[in-house]
Parts: sequence; C-alpha cells; structure tokens
Amino acid sequence: MSAIEITLEVNGDPVVGSAEPRTTLADFLREVAGLTGTHLGCEHGVCGACTILLDGRSVRSCLVLAVQAAGRSVRTVEGLVGPGGELHPLQEAFSELHGLQCGFCTPGFLMTAVELLEERPSPDEREVREALAGNLCRCTGYVNIVNAVLLAADRMREP
Amino acid sequence: MPEEVLRLAEARHVGTRLRRREDARLVSGRAQHVGDLRLTGTVHASIVRSPLAHARIGSIDATAARGAPGVIGVYTAADLEGRVDPMVESAREDLSPRLAELVDLEVRSLPMPVLATDRVRWLGQPVAAVVATDPYLAEDAAALVEVDYDPLSAVASAEAALEPGALVLHPELPDNVHARLRVTAGDVDRALTEADHRLRERFELGRQVSNAIEPRGVLASVEGGVLTIRATNNKPHLVRTFVSRMLRIPADRVRFVSPDMGGSFGGGVFPEDVLIPFLAYDLGRPVRWLEDRRENLLATSHGRDQVHEVEIGFRDDGTVVALRDTFTMDVGAYNTYAVTVPYNTVTHLRSQYRIDHFSVDGLVVLTTKAPAVPVRGAGRPEATFVIERSMDLVARALGLDRAEVRRRNLIRPEEMPYDMGIPYRDTVPMRYEAADFPAQLEAALEAFDYEGWLEHQRVARSQGRRIGIGIAAFIEGSGHGPFEGAVVRIDESGHVTLLSGARPHGQGHETVLSQIVADQLGVRPDDVDIRAGDTALLAYGRGSFASRTAVMAGNAAAIAAARLREKVLRVAARVVGADPLELRIEDGCVRWPGHPDVEMDLRRVAAEAAPGPRSRVDAGEQPGLEETAYFVPPTATFASGTHLVAVEVDADTGGVRVLDYVTVDECGTVLNPTIVEGQVHGGVAHGLGNALLEEAVYDEDGQLLTTTYLDYLLPTSMDVPSVRVGHQAFPSDRNPLGVKGVGEGGAVAAPAAIVNAIEDAIWPSPVRITRIPVAPERIVDAISAVGGAATDRATQEDAAG
Repeated sequence: MSAIEITLEVNGDPVVGSAEPRTTLADFLREVAGLTGTHLGCEHGVCGACTILLDGRSVRSCLVLAVQAAGRSVRTVEGLVGPGGELHPLQEAFSELHGLQCGFCTPGFLMTAVELLEERPSPDEREVREALAGNLCRCTGYVNIVNAVLLAADRMREP
Repeated sequence: MPEEVLRLAEARHVGTRLRRREDARLVSGRAQHVGDLRLTGTVHASIVRSPLAHARIGSIDATAARGAPGVIGVYTAADLEGRVDPMVESAREDLSPRLAELVDLEVRSLPMPVLATDRVRWLGQPVAAVVATDPYLAEDAAALVEVDYDPLSAVASAEAALEPGALVLHPELPDNVHARLRVTAGDVDRALTEADHRLRERFELGRQVSNAIEPRGVLASVEGGVLTIRATNNKPHLVRTFVSRMLRIPADRVRFVSPDMGGSFGGGVFPEDVLIPFLAYDLGRPVRWLEDRRENLLATSHGRDQVHEVEIGFRDDGTVVALRDTFTMDVGAYNTYAVTVPYNTVTHLRSQYRIDHFSVDGLVVLTTKAPAVPVRGAGRPEATFVIERSMDLVARALGLDRAEVRRRNLIRPEEMPYDMGIPYRDTVPMRYEAADFPAQLEAALEAFDYEGWLEHQRVARSQGRRIGIGIAAFIEGSGHGPFEGAVVRIDESGHVTLLSGARPHGQGHETVLSQIVADQLGVRPDDVDIRAGDTALLAYGRGSFASRTAVMAGNAAAIAAARLREKVLRVAARVVGADPLELRIEDGCVRWPGHPDVEMDLRRVAAEAAPGPRSRVDAGEQPGLEETAYFVPPTATFASGTHLVAVEVDADTGGVRVLDYVTVDECGTVLNPTIVEGQVHGGVAHGLGNALLEEAVYDEDGQLLTTTYLDYLLPTSMDVPSVRVGHQAFPSDRNPLGVKGVGEGGAVAAPAAIVNAIEDAIWPSPVRITRIPVAPERIVDAISAVGGAATDRATQEDAAG
C-alpha cells in the first residue's frame, strides 16, 4: 500500500511523516512521531486509553486514520507537561490523590479530563463520572480518579 | 551457624502516605511499556490462531504468506520440532511433592506445545507465527496462512467433559480430568447426619478474564550473546527458566528485563513468552509481538469457571457444624497451574468461620476453552462466594438476622491461632494468626450504619423500591512463599540501590520498597534507587502476584537493608574507634552521640568498605557494602476483611445500582495507607465487574462470543461506587515487617457481598441468585415470581428448616 506524506500539528509543533491510508492516528503518533504516551488498550474504540484531542475534541486515536488528521491539530499527554517540565494540574492531582496505579490507562483519562475541564470548569462528581465513563481502568476503582479531576478543577479555577 | 538475630530499625517512612515516585513518568507519557521500546532492526510477529475449538490439523500451506510483502519468516510446529520443547506446568515450581502425602491429590502430566502440532484444542490456540518488517504486513501475511482443519466435536463445558463416553481431549490421558483433590477435616458425614438442619445449593462462577488494560507484549533480541526478553509478564525469573529449559540455552544466556507493565490481575507463562524469544534467537534480530485485545480475550488469563455443589449442616441457633463441597473447575484445554487455584478454593472455603467438619472434592476438568490461569483472587473469590452465600441461606432458613448468624460462627480472637485441621498449599498446617474477626464485623456494621440501612430498606420497600444489604467476610492467605530475593547495595558514590526479584505492575513497589529500605539505612526514600525484575541482577526471584510482594519482596528488602545497616555501623565503628552499638545512621550519615566531630556519610563508609588494600572491613568479612537476602516465610500469612454493601435493584430491567460500600480490612502493618486503600478500591471494582458484568461466553461449539469490549463488559466510572475503607491492624508474627497481603482482598469478597445484597433486595422471592455474573433477567424473573411489587418481607420470611 502506498504511503502518503502528511503534516499535522502535534502539541504545537509540526510533524511531517508518511502514512498508509490504513495507518491509524495512534500508530502514527507512536511510531512516526515517536510519542508513545498515547497507549493502545483495545484498538476498537472502547477502552479509551488512546484518547487524544483532535482540534480540541477528544477522539479515540485507534479509530481515526492518520490521513484524516492531516492539516489538523493534535494534543497528546506529552503536551500537558509545561516547558519547564512542570506537570499540568490534572497530572499533579492524579499523582497526589493516587488516581493511577499501573498508569497505562492514565494518558487517556487525562486527555478526557482536559476536554471536560476546558468545557466545564466546575463539574460536579456526577458530571465527572459521566465524562470518564468511556475510559476503562482496571486498577483504581475510579474513585481517586474522580477526586483528582475535581481537585484539579478547583485549582484551575483559582486566579 | 548461629541463628541471626534480626533487628529492624524503627519505622519512619513505613506507614506514611508517601506520594508515589512512579507517577511522574506515568502521568507525563514518559513511561516505557514494552510497546514503547525501540530496538534497531526490530521485526514484528503476528500469530495465526485456531478459528475452531477442536480440530485435527491436516496441512499448513504458508506459501502465499512467505511470498507476501515484508515477510521474513513463517513458523509452524514443524519448525519448532526438536528446537523448542513443550511447556510443563508452571505450578510445578511451587507445588511441594509432600502435599500429595498429606491430602488426596493427583495431578497428571500434560505438556503444552508452543505451537499446535496435530490438533488444536481451543479457539485462539497459536498455530503459526509470521514475522515481517512491519506489524501491519505481518498481520496481512498471517491471514494468508492456509490451515486445513478437520473439525472435531467441542468439549464445551466441564459437565460435558465428565459425561460417560465423552470425547477425550488428550489421547495420552484416560479421561478429561487433569487433577483431582480431596481434603477433609473432622467427620463431615456424621456431623451432617446429626445436624438439626441441612441445606444444599449449587453455585456457579462464570469464566472471567483478567483484563489488564495493557495487552500482552514481548520484545526479544540477542544482545551480546544474551537472549534478552522484555515482556509484560509478572514472573521474570520463571520466564527466563522456561526459555532456558525449553530452548536449551544456559540460563545465564537468557535475561528478562522488566519494562513498565500496565496491570496483570493474573497470568502465567504463555506460549508467546517462549515463542517470540525463540524467533529472535532463530532470526538473530529483535522480534516484537504486541497482542491486540481480541487475542487477549481469546487467549490470555482466563479464570474462575467453577461449579460447586454444597451441603451445609447447622443447628437451630445458626451454628454451622458441617460443610461438604464437591466442585469442578473448567480449566480449558491445558492446565499450566496444577492445583494452585482449586487448592486455594479449598483453603479459603471456611473463611472466618469455625466449621470443624469439612470435606471437599475438587476436579480440574479439561475442555476446549482457553487454558485458565490464576486470576486476581485465584480460587478465593470462588470459595468466598460459596461460603458467604451459604451463610445467608442458613440465616434465611432460620429467620435470623444475617449479621447475627455470622457472629455465631466467627472464630473468636481467644481461639487464635486457630488450627483449620488441613495443610495449606505449602504443606504447613493451616493456622490463622492473631486477629479479631468479631470486632471486624462490628466495625464494618458500624461504619456502614447497618441499623440505619435496615430502616432505610423498610421505608424504601413501603414506597415500592427494592434495596438490599449484603455482607461478606473473607480471609486471604498471602505471601506463602516460596521465597523472594533482594540485594541492597551502597555503591562507591554513596548511592543506595535495591535489586528486587518482584517486578511491579501498578502496585507502587518502587515507592513502598524505598520506604522500607530508607528506614533501615537512615536515608530518605528518594535516596533509594529500585531496580526490579531483571534476572541478570538477582539469581533467583519469583514476581508480583498472589498478594505477595509486600510480604515477600518487602521483607527480603527489609532484611537485606537491616543487615547492611549493621555492616555500615561495623565499618564506621572500626574507622572511628567506637563500638558499633554506639553509632546511629541519620540523614544518610553515621553519627556517634556525644562525639559531634564524628560524621561519616555513606559515600565515605562505602569507600572505607571497598575491597582493596585500604579496606576497613573486619577480618573474615566480605568487603563492600552489599547484602543479599532471600526471605523464606514459615508459611502463609492470613489477611482478612469484611465488606458491607447496599444495592438497589430495578424490578423492570434487573439493573443493579450500588448505593454504599464499606470495607474493613486487616492486612497487618500498613506500609503505605494510600496504596493499601487503592488496592482495596480496585479490588472491589474488579469484584463488582465479576459479580455483575463480566463473562467469557462460549457457545456449544466452543466458539467464544465475547471477543471485544462491547461483549465482555468491564465496570466503568458509572458502575463503581466510592468505597469507604476502614482498617484493623494485627501485625503478622510470620515476617519481620508484620505485613499481610492486600492486593486481592477487594476482589475476593465483593462478588459475594454484592450478590447477597441483590438476593436481599428480591427477598422473599423463591428464586435464588446462585451464579455470577448475575444476569439481569434472573433478577427480573425473581421479582416477578413474587408478584413484582416490593412487599413486606416480615410477613413472608421463610422459616423452614
């Protein structure tokens, strides 16, 4: 299958690479862009581990083809870390409240939560649980993840 | 040699809520899971799997696959002949031959081929492997491998496998039984005959899959003449041993390195763990295989699948006097774990209760399903489901409160160490440790507000709502050995390193082990580097599974570090002319109280201890600051807990909503409360999924119907409640740290507690909930059997004996 050269913006930087029409965006990010923070848990759009933001909206990068992302803007977990290495308030809160154990699903949860808090800065617990319902975690039982998102929301609202 | 008197330093970091050091890399996308590693020249494997449950393999035509773009090689069983031996039971490493002298036990030999030879015996069994330059091309080519199958009848359940005249799955065996065991205590026949009441019930636990969110992966390469394996497997040394034996390579030419690992929840050594290293060895270049979720659901870490027939004898006052259980475990096409799981079921069946007359017959049955392995709890959730459902039935039969019946049967603290009258799996007589089960129950009832919920339930019933309350207690034999190893070293730059045989996969070992070592060496946890799961670093190791790491790796680390502290003090004492007993290590420095001028940091001590002409170690002592310890416990340590849950069921849909969930756990010394609570939260979620959602469903042809997450359901944030976790602490006297395992307890009790609550919600329906996962239609049927609307339970309580 012939590869096509595509350009997309990933975490603010242009990435140029070749992708076959069938190459998933997740594989492109991991194998071509070298960003392995986006994880593959089911490759059929249910577990949410590969969630990224495409033009600001959360998508399952296992269900998007790389060529569909050409010319568009992608944000991944790597882009949450500040220029000086400082953690995003969500990353900080996940760690502080033990919202992760093995951490494999965590990048997907973080990106889903980023979208939630950008749209809705003061969610209640129910809204957080609903927003996260498309991400599977086998380790934590979710309670500390939910609390971490609520804590990060509080901190991000502070002036 | 005189027996060592081990003195552990006082806990300063152990017991604190130290934030996890693992998190920084895991939250920022910098973790290194096996699929994230890049080795130059890596090629990619795809596995051709059987599409049938049972068939004879006629011929395999790989011509088209071999000619496909990017293909480097295609391997079938014929290519492995004489080069890769079949796999034998992993559990052989664990199972003492003495156990068969103590109980009635038979385990048959049944080696498993890495690639199917003349027959396939389960859907998803590896038949061939294709290696190509790109994973997409490898999958393309795998689809071109033509296998000529001659279908045979499936043996799709243990019941079918045991029928007279059933097709025997393995011609080398006389029937479809792989292992059998019988364990007894007291005189169950007599006790049943003499009991005031008897009841019988059948309980079923469906087949469930461990479902780590990271699928399995193996990256193998030959590096400097060493076959190096990086894989998602929680038993590094066992994989190394298997590869070494099966490929006939010296163990020191095989190395397992542990990258980050995204959960486990059960597992073992699988064919791919040997196959992929073989491919790398044969091709002389790195080979990577990353499982997809379909393969994971087909072929990785299936478990449970037990059916129990129970008979209970009890007195008028609710005292249970006898328990007889006959059960089968459908282990699938091969059994790589001998009796690990069924024996756990036996030893956990009486839980916290005094039932002196006891008899269990277990059969491990071969069928055309994926080979089962231990899955979180490993026989304990099954046992707990049986006994805790039974306790409810006893209470119902007598019209007694369910908490009260438990009170009357709990082993009391003054009876400890209670002797259960049977050997544990390690052959040591099974004796509980200091514990207070009645206080645990009362603490859980109070935290839950049992009386309040009973009142709430009555009010809700009068409004037509069905709320149910469930109770389940459990014990968790953990850390039963056989051993775990640790090396603690202070290098010449003064850095402290712990090498551990147990590799973590989410439990926070880097944090907790650093807390343990820091306490012993008088340094900060951040000063302790942890390297785990690399077989080149430690001669022997076991791994992280079975709630064992805190007990096994934790104590090995504590012992090695405590010995090293003594040595540091001896060396420093010699340098400054003090008695070692006068010296202290604080903040990474050796100090001599009353001698403010004496302050030696660990780097200086390490330099004084280093081998060479200036070495200051005592005559006859090894130079260097390094200690190795293998912790071998006397026997298992017994953690316990009690769960209380309130659920509401929907009479129309059969839906179950958890309203409140309380646990009281007892796991001895708590090393890090945050991590312990996290284990309990996750365990309860796992148990909730097991109770309500999860099942690997095979049809009568042995086809698996649940190969995606749309069919195999895992609990989500909308299903799992906020769990309230309480603690008791009775430090174990079976290990220096006093710890007991906690990794599985939540999953052990939750299915029983939740199903007890569901049955309470549908009471007084004559329909019993005896199977998990609970089907919503079962709940609807149960409610319609009593006329739909919630009725006053008091008027219809069944008081029949």
